[in-house]
Amino acid sequence: MPIEDPWCHVDGAAPAPGAAPNPAPEPARRNGQPVASASPAHAAVYLTVQRSAAFQQMRRRYRRFVLPATAAFLVWYLAYVTVATSAPALMARPLAGAFNVGMAAGLAQFATTFLLTWAYARHARLRRDRLALELRWETQDMTRTAARREAVS
Amino acid sequence: MSGDHQTLTLLLFSVVVAATLAITSWAGRRRQGSPEEFYAGGRLFSPMENGFAIAGDYMSAASFLGISGLIALYGYDGMLYSIGFLVAWLVVLMLVAELVRNCGRYTLADVVAARLRERPVRIALGASSVTVSVLYLVAQMVGAGALVALLLGGSMGDAAHTWTVLGVGALMVTYVCLGGMRATTWIQIVKAVLLMAGALTLTVLVLLRYGGDLGALLNGAAERSGHGADFLAPGLKYGGDWTSRVDFVSLGLALVLGTAGLPHILARFYTVPTARAARRSVVWSVGLIGSFYLMTIVLGTGAAALVGTDAVRAASPAGNTAVPLLSLELGGGAGTRGGAALAAVAAAVAFATILAVVAGITLAASAAVAHDLYASLRVRRRPAAPQGRREEVGVARVAAAVVGAVAVGLSLLAQELNVAFLVGLAFAVAASANLPALLYALFWRRFTTRGAVWAVWGGLLPAVALVVLSPVVSGAPHALFPGVDFAVFPLENPALVSVPLGFCAGWLGTVCSRERADESRYAEVEVRSLTGAGAV
Repeated sequence: MPIEDPWCHVDGAAPAPGAAPNPAPEPARRNGQPVASASPAHAAVYLTVQRSAAFQQMRRRYRRFVLPATAAFLVWYLAYVTVATSAPALMARPLAGAFNVGMAAGLAQFATTFLLTWAYARHARLRRDRLALELRWETQDMTRTAARREAVS
Repeated sequence: MSGDHQTLTLLLFSVVVAATLAITSWAGRRRQGSPEEFYAGGRLFSPMENGFAIAGDYMSAASFLGISGLIALYGYDGMLYSIGFLVAWLVVLMLVAELVRNCGRYTLADVVAARLRERPVRIALGASSVTVSVLYLVAQMVGAGALVALLLGGSMGDAAHTWTVLGVGALMVTYVCLGGMRATTWIQIVKAVLLMAGALTLTVLVLLRYGGDLGALLNGAAERSGHGADFLAPGLKYGGDWTSRVDFVSLGLALVLGTAGLPHILARFYTVPTARAARRSVVWSVGLIGSFYLMTIVLGTGAAALVGTDAVRAASPAGNTAVPLLSLELGGGAGTRGGAALAAVAAAVAFATILAVVAGITLAASAAVAHDLYASLRVRRRPAAPQGRREEVGVARVAAAVVGAVAVGLSLLAQELNVAFLVGLAFAVAASANLPALLYALFWRRFTTRGAVWAVWGGLLPAVALVVLSPVVSGAPHALFPGVDFAVFPLENPALVSVPLGFCAGWLGTVCSRERADESRYAEVEVRSLTGAGAV
């Protein structure tokens, strides 16, 4: 896993010259009170993981699938609804017997929904799940270590 | 409808009530009173169980009876309406389910508040969640009152209606208070199984009638509907003037984006252990919901073909009795024992459906009140102490009773009114207030607290205001107040305007904020949402 050690830059108040571009993160506060888990070291863990190549790769895989797919099915659904309401004559054109264009388009909506569900689940299972699990354990290890060091110091 | 039929229907209703109460007492037996138990049912449901429960939560009596009825009356336009409810699940599956499971604990506001200042965000999202839930609940309960009175034969008049609303309200509060999420989930699972089995049986019977020939079924329906080929094409219901056509597009937008912002749907993802399980439960529910809507097409056209559109409309102008009438016909026709039995079973399934849906919504509303509003508005004390979390469950139980009482009161007031627009409004508020805040919080690095607060109020208030100024409230014959006219907004569903407003307000609030977004807290949300690190 290409995650570098997160502890080299966060402890000192001023980063050493030539240090990595991690800005010293502000302690997170909730309701004006610091949250037990939101120490600077804790925040640094997440920044480090977020910048790691493995996480970037998983996020890219997720977004590359989800964003185009969402755009596609939203456009396809809104186009279908718009055409059905504004051009009913087109939808009424018969294809085979009682079966017309509108029926075909409606059933195609069902079909594309099932298909995209299957495709997304498959993509997530094959391309993301393993990476996500590795990153999860890695991150949790790092936050545990951070908490321990903080308790000691 | 005959007396025999009514007795049998009442008997089956009692069986449904007894079964749900048995589930509640069984689920409440080993309760420890922890929020984990109460809001999330212990988080150990399997994806299949949760998939059935999601389907049970989502498919209301309005789907089972209402959409089949719409198809029986208006043909194609009924199917057009149902498709939005299904496509919406792609938004839930791809953008929301896994990320919400990873980042949140019990409610929608947990996810958004994770990287922002908690108090204002929780108050705003708690308010919009309660609004959505109460709107949806009133729609369901008014429908339930009308429906049960109708299913029992309509001979008891207004008293039956009132007692039904009171009874349904008492039952849903009982399930939630005594059984929490565990009881609610099992009730939804049982209901989903009943609903799928009932719909499947009727579908098979309709198809057997036609020897499996779908063309003959469609032609038969077109013929007996009195509309001919128009029945199988869009336009009978939503094809009036251009206002009503644009109105339908607005409704479609609300349905497709609103599902991902419904608090009771989002709460379901917390009942499984991992994001992967949340994803698999959505896959199950897409399969179930999709096949259910496919079956309603057969049921609706079957009712048009076998019962006749005129007979359906004569029994109930909104078409809600299409399925019971179809079962009567399939069981052997009016006056036969088989027909009466099948119609009674269909009515009992519809009743179980009502009970399960209202229980899910009540639980989500009580979570929003106790976990978001109460926890933010009360005098600040140390929140993490165990007795404080026990106390929160107590508040949630009280909140469930209060929400139930408010919903019953509003439903009784609205009994005589036409509240069909409320479902669309609930989806519109969810799409314009909850969804922008949720998506921005998960995907936008620069999003700030002010952005979240503006997104929620900037979606919620316009949605409600536009409906108040629309023809459903005044100025039309079917309006709530037909006597006065202050309808300046032409559409019945506000989503087409309020959804863009919600997203714009969130953007504007973010670019106007003085505070900068906290990089490290966004990093935490992003890493947690995609990997599941630190998920509860």
